[in-house]
Amino acid sequence: MLEDTVPLSHYLMLSATLFVIGIVGVLVRRNVIVVFMSIEIMLNAVNISLIAFDNYMNLSSGQIFSFMVMCVAAAEVSVGLAIIIALHRNKPTVNLDEFNLLKW
Amino acid sequence: MELLIFYPLAGFCVVLALGVVFNTSPVGSALSLIGMMLGLAGIFVLQQAHFIAILQIIIYAGAIMVLFMFVIMLLNLKKGDDAGWIARDRNLLLSVLTGLLAVGILYKLSDIIFTAKMNTPAILPDSFGTVAIIGETLFTDFVLPFEVASILLLAAMVGAVVLAKTKLD
Repeated sequence: MLEDTVPLSHYLMLSATLFVIGIVGVLVRRNVIVVFMSIEIMLNAVNISLIAFDNYMNLSSGQIFSFMVMCVAAAEVSVGLAIIIALHRNKPTVNLDEFNLLKW
Repeated sequence: MELLIFYPLAGFCVVLALGVVFNTSPVGSALSLIGMMLGLAGIFVLQQAHFIAILQIIIYAGAIMVLFMFVIMLLNLKKGDDAGWIARDRNLLLSVLTGLLAVGILYKLSDIIFTAKMNTPAILPDSFGTVAIIGETLFTDFVLPFEVASILLLAAMVGAVVLAKTKLD
């Protein structure tokens, strides 16, 4: 139990668990904001495994990758929230099922 | 010793992530997400990636979550605004099936993950995860992605301003 280090599989398991929680959130919730937050959970889950592999192989490219993931997340959040505000202005609701204009 | 720190942190993160999904009020979800980000920063510190841990706190828990809170307050969302939150009634069956699929994927993934043979980290130099070594890699091997990221952020900034404007002229 009291080993010195955390095995790689534990980090990967945490990452997979958080990713699946994010997927379930996207599939199950109908509130736009909460679905958006679930996407953030998924992005974070990937960062864990990138950095874990870095740590186990003594590289630094994985950390640069997670840095880029954070950049993309920041860009995505700013544009996505602007879209949500624009949608809310057209149709005062946050329920995803009500936005069906682009459906077939 | 590291395991003793890892398990509580990981449990904290998973519980708060579940809190994001199953909370009825959007503000509660956002607060859980902030807590999860802070827990993840702790896990990054455990993995010796100090610079990324600080970035996680500044960018995610600071900037991005403030933006989320700002929009929640702006839209004036209240508890239970999405009454039928559990699934669409029209395709309840599909939602349940996809949920089961996601859990099945997790089960299969855990099977594969536990065959990983790496149990001890590499022998890390003291400089691992510091600003110096990350900066050196960023400005030698990854200059082009760095510049592209700056263009991406500029485009996102312009896009957000244009999208959120009331009237385009």
